[in-house]
Amino acid sequence: MPRAAPQKAQKTSARKSKAAPQPLKAEQSALWERMYQHILLLRILDEKMLGLQRQGRIGFFGTVTGEEAAVIGSAAALEPTDWVFPALRQGGVLLWRGAPIDLLIAQCVGNSADLVKGRQMPSHASDRRWNVVSWSSCIGNQLPQAVGAAYAARLQRDKTAVLAYLGDGASSSADFHAAMNMAGVWKVPVVFFCQNNQWAISVPRAMQTASSSIAVKAKAYGFEGVQVDGNDAVAVHAATRSALEKARAGGGPTLVEAVTYRLGGHSSSDDPTKYRDAAEVEAAKKREPVARMKALLSEKAGWTEARDAQLREELKNDIDKAVQRVERAGPLDPGTLFDDVYAEASAALREQRETLEEEIARRRGAGAADGAFPL
Amino acid sequence: MPTMNLLQAVNVGLREAMRSDDRVVLLGEDIGRRGGVFGATEGLSKEFGAERVIDTPLTECGIVGSAIGMALYGLRPIPEIQFLDFIYPAFDQIVSEMAKYRYRSGGQYTCPMVLRAPAGGGIKGGHYHSQSSEAYFAHTPGLVVLMPATPFDAKGLLASAIQGEDPVIFLEPKRLYRAAKGEVPEERYTVPIGKARVAREGKNVTLVAWGAMVPVCEEAAGQAAEKGIDCEVIDLRSIVPLDAETILASVAKTGRAVIVHEAPKTGGFGAEISALIAEKAIEYLEAPIARVAGFDTPFPYTLEHIYMPDTRRVGKAIEGVINF
Repeated sequence: MPRAAPQKAQKTSARKSKAAPQPLKAEQSALWERMYQHILLLRILDEKMLGLQRQGRIGFFGTVTGEEAAVIGSAAALEPTDWVFPALRQGGVLLWRGAPIDLLIAQCVGNSADLVKGRQMPSHASDRRWNVVSWSSCIGNQLPQAVGAAYAARLQRDKTAVLAYLGDGASSSADFHAAMNMAGVWKVPVVFFCQNNQWAISVPRAMQTASSSIAVKAKAYGFEGVQVDGNDAVAVHAATRSALEKARAGGGPTLVEAVTYRLGGHSSSDDPTKYRDAAEVEAAKKREPVARMKALLSEKAGWTEARDAQLREELKNDIDKAVQRVERAGPLDPGTLFDDVYAEASAALREQRETLEEEIARRRGAGAADGAFPL
Repeated sequence: MPTMNLLQAVNVGLREAMRSDDRVVLLGEDIGRRGGVFGATEGLSKEFGAERVIDTPLTECGIVGSAIGMALYGLRPIPEIQFLDFIYPAFDQIVSEMAKYRYRSGGQYTCPMVLRAPAGGGIKGGHYHSQSSEAYFAHTPGLVVLMPATPFDAKGLLASAIQGEDPVIFLEPKRLYRAAKGEVPEERYTVPIGKARVAREGKNVTLVAWGAMVPVCEEAAGQAAEKGIDCEVIDLRSIVPLDAETILASVAKTGRAVIVHEAPKTGGFGAEISALIAEKAIEYLEAPIARVAGFDTPFPYTLEHIYMPDTRRVGKAIEGVINF
């Protein structure tokens, strides 16, 4: 069905859980456990990074609190060769695919440990080794690019599908329309994954579109849109996997709308109490994915409080150690400012670099000659 | 060696690139079965098929955005924007994405692609088929901005652009599509990016131009020669990266500079060249730097012949710097 109400999607998912009286297969149990580990990892990482931001150790952070199941459920559906075009809150995809936590933390710190050389504000990690493309901050821009990558994959006869993330706000952008339209016409192997967290900074979903859902928009572009409970990692995984399999089999694009809720602010710079009712947030907390996944594991896979406490401790430790490792790395060399603008630096860039480096050397030299105490 | 016009040179250059490199794909509006509104892609869909010569929906941000995705994945896309005036819906994709991928990803992801667009006035196209907006792109680090003025350069620069690793804005002076004719080698060759062409040597005045203003300057130089003024004409070809060396060497020789472009004067790329000369060659100047440009108005329809710099206006500027 191209369209389903969120309540219906939730029911479907709940029914699926209830309709499994026999014990879980070991494989499934392991997958669920791994998804839970990553969901919890993201939650603890959010707490840590928000703390670092409050202490001034990083400049900004975009949390994924409340939306972890949507990220991990969809990431778990990917094949390693699939390409991902993330948005602001999908750092978890990199972790799921095997990247070390250091990668995300270093990108936030922006020192010499940062793979992208301090070029972007925090929460913009990418890593080619894991097929996770770089994101700009411009809402919706990644969507036509994902369509183009999918076109290229098909042209080269690769069995690659492309997963493109967006938020509910991006569904209003010109590039969303362009991408959905082209994907429909070209029938390329792309899956648009809308992580509908109900809020685009301060603008609620109802003020973003008069459509009955985001998923329903796919219909006008000639392909399937499905809505899924975004706080149910198992349901998200199933919906995304089915869309990706269809894409790889030549069945064309799908729009998956994962209905979730942004429990925190838009970012560390935002104060949602200015525009959002506390009661709404409290109600949403009852459906949040960490407790939900834990309950599922306890019920179906023998997950215990003791194991849970141990996992939390391990994850917290891992994150603390990663922060220490990253913060030990040195600052960026100012000269790197001029790298990677072009394949080869232009004469103008070379001249500007030389001028800056001479100036820095002169300042250092002057400091030494003065013999003045530097502080 | 065959003689052809600039449009044919582009067509031949595209065909050659598609024959020699499977990764090259073309995409744009009406470029397939129609062969492009000017005919730049004539016959290519027939030879290479609709999968590689893609007739897209009418969506500039989609054309450039999807081309970026293709480039990231490993293709060598050559998107066409039907008229430079229609590029603005894609501006975000160009300046925020195409120009910045290499930098923002720390060199992990690059966009080797050539974005072609017919540019400039002189075809009675009014405001929306005539603009020269090269300065917008020249102001964005990460982009290469090229504009050939001869068929030879069109083919050779296109080859360099396609084999290069950087995203290129390739501006084709539509007024010269059929007007500029010249010999073009059949075999593949490249014209270096970042190297200006001295179209005419001279020792009294340096004229700097690009695109359709190059033949205007050449004609004005011919008229000045009759009055005993010897002009050097520099065809930039490459706006970014800029060949400062050739401009400065010429000004050091002549002591006088006239910069000619179609775009509005204020904030036009002529201002950058003027500043370059003032910063690095002021001691050679015998007269103030002169700029002959479009006026600071939108591009007109009926009065385009008044708006666009012509030999009369360029000639007046030449006399101005000589008689200072």
